[in-house]
Amino acid sequence: MKRLLALSLISISLLVSGCPDTTTHSQGVYMLLDSSGTYRKEIKRAQAIINYLLGTLQSGDSLAVARIDSGSFSEKDIIVKTTFDRRPSVTNQQKRLFKQKVDDFVAKAKGSAYTDITGGVLQAVEYLNETGAGRKHILIFSDLKEELAKGHIRDFPIQLSGCKVVALNVTKLRSDNIDPRVYYKRVEQWKERIEAGGGEWRIVNDLERLESILAD
Amino acid sequence: MTFADALIIWPSSPALSLIVELIIAVILLYLARWPVHKAIHSLSTIINNGLRLMARSVLIAERRVVERNKEVLLSAGAKAAERLLEREFYRVDAVVKRDMSAYPALQRKIAEQITRIDEDYRESTEMPVPPPDWVKAVDTLAKLPTRGDSWIGNILNEIHKTAAAQYKNTMEEYRKAVRVRHSLLERMMPYWRKLSQTLDQVDKTIIGLHERSKVIDSRMDEYEEIRKKSDKAARMLSSSAMTQFFISALVLLIAIGGAVINFNLIALPMSEMVGGGSYIGNFKTSNIAALVIILVEVAMGLYLMESLRITHLFPVIGHMDDKMRTRMIYVTFTILLILAGVESALAFMRDRIAADMQALRQTLAAVTEAQPVNSWIPTVGQMVMGFILPFALTFVAIPLESFVHSSRSVFGSGLAGLLRLSSFALRLLGNIVKYLGEFLINVYDVVIFPPLWIENLIRDKTHVGDVAEAIVNEEVS
Repeated sequence: MKRLLALSLISISLLVSGCPDTTTHSQGVYMLLDSSGTYRKEIKRAQAIINYLLGTLQSGDSLAVARIDSGSFSEKDIIVKTTFDRRPSVTNQQKRLFKQKVDDFVAKAKGSAYTDITGGVLQAVEYLNETGAGRKHILIFSDLKEELAKGHIRDFPIQLSGCKVVALNVTKLRSDNIDPRVYYKRVEQWKERIEAGGGEWRIVNDLERLESILAD
Repeated sequence: MTFADALIIWPSSPALSLIVELIIAVILLYLARWPVHKAIHSLSTIINNGLRLMARSVLIAERRVVERNKEVLLSAGAKAAERLLEREFYRVDAVVKRDMSAYPALQRKIAEQITRIDEDYRESTEMPVPPPDWVKAVDTLAKLPTRGDSWIGNILNEIHKTAAAQYKNTMEEYRKAVRVRHSLLERMMPYWRKLSQTLDQVDKTIIGLHERSKVIDSRMDEYEEIRKKSDKAARMLSSSAMTQFFISALVLLIAIGGAVINFNLIALPMSEMVGGGSYIGNFKTSNIAALVIILVEVAMGLYLMESLRITHLFPVIGHMDDKMRTRMIYVTFTILLILAGVESALAFMRDRIAADMQALRQTLAAVTEAQPVNSWIPTVGQMVMGFILPFALTFVAIPLESFVHSSRSVFGSGLAGLLRLSSFALRLLGNIVKYLGEFLINVYDVVIFPPLWIENLIRDKTHVGDVAEAIVNEEVS
């Protein structure tokens, strides 16, 4: 009888405290917001995506939102980042705070002269590797038109192994309308670059189907 | 040069080559006829015999399974019948102890009542003294005609008065006596009623015992059938086991439904305790922890039921001495109570977390938060469910025991059926192989029919020649 009780208690305590595996199942999401030029008007739509992510991600997952500006390879460009607590109640509080910070940013967002997408992606990879998440997603909310400031060097291969890069709401520019090949070429270049770095590439332009963003 | 080209003897006329080759092939096949026939026949016989042997082995195994199944069934049935008989005897014993122990007192009571009734009856039978006989004589005298004599008239009048007075007194005494008798008889009534009631009670007890004895008789008949190991008993028990199997499976399914609800009630709040993002293998730690709690509850329920001797799954617990068993009852019940309390608290926590999540989702969806109506009702409901379900799961032990016991016989019957089917299939396959061999031999003969035909012709001729020669020889001799 005592043996049985002891065994039950040991098994419960083992299960409650023992051998948890937090790395492989957690998700890390890094969202890059393009705030340059005409795309700044689209930022309100990004808010809906962030809200969706907040509703979808769970305890143990990581989420960061950063802006794309003239030089995006910097921690200063991260608007808000968090790794959700293992307790759901604390996670809910963190999500509320996160939303508040994003709302503040959207209200005060200023446009930038240049668009350093590559720098943002590099920063995203760095952050996601640090989180140790099992599944890493980089969401690029941009028209994918990169414009670098003079002296910025970005034409080198990016290491993106294990990362899924999703381009969201890739709008067509006026020049794309004149010659759609420009748009396709731009998208294709990014695809090649991401896949060359070992990442997976996907475009989601229909924001009504947000569930496809984090789909495997 | 291909293989087909190599086969053509005269390239200029392939048809001729083919015909010649065909003739050669037929001749070769004819020459090899008997060895090929033997080979096909031996192969089919080997396979057929092998399969028949296998079928026989399977059939023997099936018989063993059936016998074992019957033994298991009869043993379980005997135990169940013994238990039922034991219970019936306990009931009879209880009735006898309860009712029959009071019989001496009851008998004394009845005897007292009868004595009193007897006394009263005897008292009531004492008739009042009738008016003396001389009163009639005096009365007759008093009624004689006076014939004018006044003194005689006076005397007779006096006599008449005396007689009338005497009559009145006597009647009064008589009435008084009758009243006393009636009162005595009236006093007897409750005793009669009491006596009747007491006898009714005795009658009921006796009828109850009689019915119980009938039940015992029928149980004893069943038990005797089982002891005789008759097929009737085995069939009866098999049918009973099948019914029990399905009923207990149904109840277990219901219990599983309860466990699933219980799981959903505590899985979310468990993530608050063990973390929502940790996994063991592919499963969330919180889910496994919730499942473990439910399983521990079920296990405690099993131990409790064992300790109470309601189920008999663990002989170790059943054989414990009463003191130890009582301790075990207290321990398991306490653990169950604690777990029920924990579940109730978790259910409360779940409600809070769910409400918080709902509020967050509404905020994220930019929807104005709806005011919950009587929000304490689901909270209390969930808490009550969280408290009750562990105790409800305790009773899983009863259908589980039935399921375990009946499944032995049901699976045994299933296995026997499967073996029987396998045996039949093997025999069928053996026969198919055997007749396939014969079919192949016939097909072989069809292919080489020209030489066979010639052979028959020659044989017939030789046979006719031999017969003719034999006749000639006979005539000569």
